[in-house]
Amino acid sequence: MGALKNRFVKNDLYSDLKQFTQARIAVGRAGCSMPLNELLEFKMSHAHARDAVYSELDLQLISNELKVIDMEHYILKSKAINRSSYLSRPDWGRNLSDESFQSLKIYPRKGYDVSLVLADGLSASAINQHALPLLHELVPQLGEMGYTLAPLILVQNGRVAIADQIASLLQASLSIIFIGERPGLTCPDSMGAYLTYDPKPGLTDESRNCISNISVQGLDYITAAERILYLVNESMSRKLSGVLLKEISGGQEKEEDKRLT
Amino acid sequence: MINTINYIRKSWNMAYKTSIRNIAYSFTDLKDLMAKASPFRSGDALAGLAAETYHERVAAQFVLADLPLKVFLSEFVIPCEEDEITRLIIDTHNKAAFGPIDYFTVGEFRDWLLSDEADAYSLAALASGLTPEMVAAVSKVMRNQDLIAVANKCEVITAFRNTIGLKGRFSTRLQPNHPTDDPRGIAASIIDGLLYGSGDAVIGINPATDNPETVLKLLQLIDRLRQHYDIPTQSCVLTHLTTTLELIRQDAPVDLAFQSIAGTEKANSSFGVNISLIEEAYQATLELNRGTEGNNVMYFETGQGSCLSANAHHGVDQQTCEARAYALARKFKPLLVNSVVGFIGPEYLYDGKQIIRAALEDHFCGKLLGLPMGVDICYTNHAEADQDDMDNLLTLLAVAGCTFIMGVPGADDIMLNYQSTSFHDALYIRKLLGLRPAPEFEDWLVKRGIFDRETGVLQDKRKGLLNVMNF
Repeated sequence: MGALKNRFVKNDLYSDLKQFTQARIAVGRAGCSMPLNELLEFKMSHAHARDAVYSELDLQLISNELKVIDMEHYILKSKAINRSSYLSRPDWGRNLSDESFQSLKIYPRKGYDVSLVLADGLSASAINQHALPLLHELVPQLGEMGYTLAPLILVQNGRVAIADQIASLLQASLSIIFIGERPGLTCPDSMGAYLTYDPKPGLTDESRNCISNISVQGLDYITAAERILYLVNESMSRKLSGVLLKEISGGQEKEEDKRLT
Repeated sequence: MINTINYIRKSWNMAYKTSIRNIAYSFTDLKDLMAKASPFRSGDALAGLAAETYHERVAAQFVLADLPLKVFLSEFVIPCEEDEITRLIIDTHNKAAFGPIDYFTVGEFRDWLLSDEADAYSLAALASGLTPEMVAAVSKVMRNQDLIAVANKCEVITAFRNTIGLKGRFSTRLQPNHPTDDPRGIAASIIDGLLYGSGDAVIGINPATDNPETVLKLLQLIDRLRQHYDIPTQSCVLTHLTTTLELIRQDAPVDLAFQSIAGTEKANSSFGVNISLIEEAYQATLELNRGTEGNNVMYFETGQGSCLSANAHHGVDQQTCEARAYALARKFKPLLVNSVVGFIGPEYLYDGKQIIRAALEDHFCGKLLGLPMGVDICYTNHAEADQDDMDNLLTLLAVAGCTFIMGVPGADDIMLNYQSTSFHDALYIRKLLGLRPAPEFEDWLVKRGIFDRETGVLQDKRKGLLNVMNF
């Protein structure tokens, strides 16, 4: 961004404070107002966040990469038919469309340890970027530990709780959904992972454990996979998840993970 | 009027019916009528409570306008045996204060509010005679300009280390959040805010963690800053009341006790609070006796949609639920009440238009009920809103006499990941409307060379607080 400095902008004399925080401090002023350069920087960040909300899953790309790691997968839809109904009707985003529901219901093979789900949530671009690299870390280790994996389900316009429906239809003991988090100005494409033991429709957030902020600036894939594996093992051996597991595991889960989509 | 509108009272069950232009309308009960009369918002549609058509909404407003205010004292949107907030509303209703308007309908009440008979004095005298449902009902038949005009007449003054809510004053909460609660990061944002004249309502940190040790460190940080620079303001770390109570027992420097509250017992229970817990925290904080100008020690945050979000709305529309939270708030004589209007997301308030309407309603209802009402003028990135909508709302609320807003560096909260108002935004509106910070804080700003007393604007060279980073 070119410097749009001019004689009408008054800079703050304490810009060295910026080293202590990412917050937009010591930005100077034009009159009492934000200097134009700062204003445009803000608008650009917001534009990225807005674009992330309206981004779409790159089904072709994800599908191709899943084939590479030999992962059986299906593409399903929620009841929300577009972004605007997704945003205003969370109940639709938590349930499969009738067609998707039926197709999973008649799926012949049932009974697994772990069901993996990818959903766009509030940032499909987060899933496009981070889901596969994380699965590359996670899936082989789950296999080595002897867990059986249900076919992976990709959901369009899905919310966290849709994994309850999917995993219960597949009769899986545990569900892990990877979902695009609400975009922030600092990071428009971070991914969250929510883990639920004995998933079934009607569960709420207190039944889940969450690893959030998986992104370039945030949690890296190796650490995220480690934390997920830890939770999977704890959850499967204790046969529970959520608040109860968090208490037992002594705050392994970070506090920032409380931010839910 | 050619339309025939009536409500038919059948013992405790009421049927609300009307016929307008040969179309018959009926509403099953008071809460159905209230919900259908509400200006459209996505949360009421999500709950299945909104009017089906535009004309059904206006019909509901016609019926509501003819409803006697007295009805709200005998018919409750949530039964008292199910909800302690309803019981609180009944128990704290001041019949004597209600006396002068007890024969009004909702419509007459609206007209009276706009008349010259309703002034700061008569409105203050009336506050304890109003129930949240009465205030919510009248707001539903009012346009935005009515909400602004009436709220502007109210004066609600509170005090702790400074005086909040005086006419011609406009305060800000300095909100220096940091994603990892890093003390130096938070201090940097506080200094920036102070140098931009922010922080007279409170310096209030949302911690990333509820961990008592971290909260204690943050409380000590602000307290040290405040004492070192002799700043006439109060501090708060917005943690759960139980954590604050625990810290009070450890002699932590707690100025204000904070809690998010909502308008039903069930929703508050999902927040882990009830009336008796709030009372306990209120008494414990009062006993610290740290205020110098006054002893309003509570800071509450609210927001439309919280009851529905907790699945605890009892079929009551989100704006009425919100007003009920104010009945709970006023029991504890708070220093500040803040509607965090746009934080909840588009499933409750879809776009800038809905956020603006809701904010004006909340500010109006809070003020009429006698609360020091501020608004977090804000939105999330999945809402159909942007900074232009916030400019509109900021300007409207300041004209309406809003008590305080947030001051967030560059309007971008890097911990909570949403957009609010910046230090610059507050300066814009103060300059435009000739508004000033709380008097004690303004004196401090002038003394420190940050503000010019005559013009009320920032001095060019202000760096008096900088040595503070050496810790």
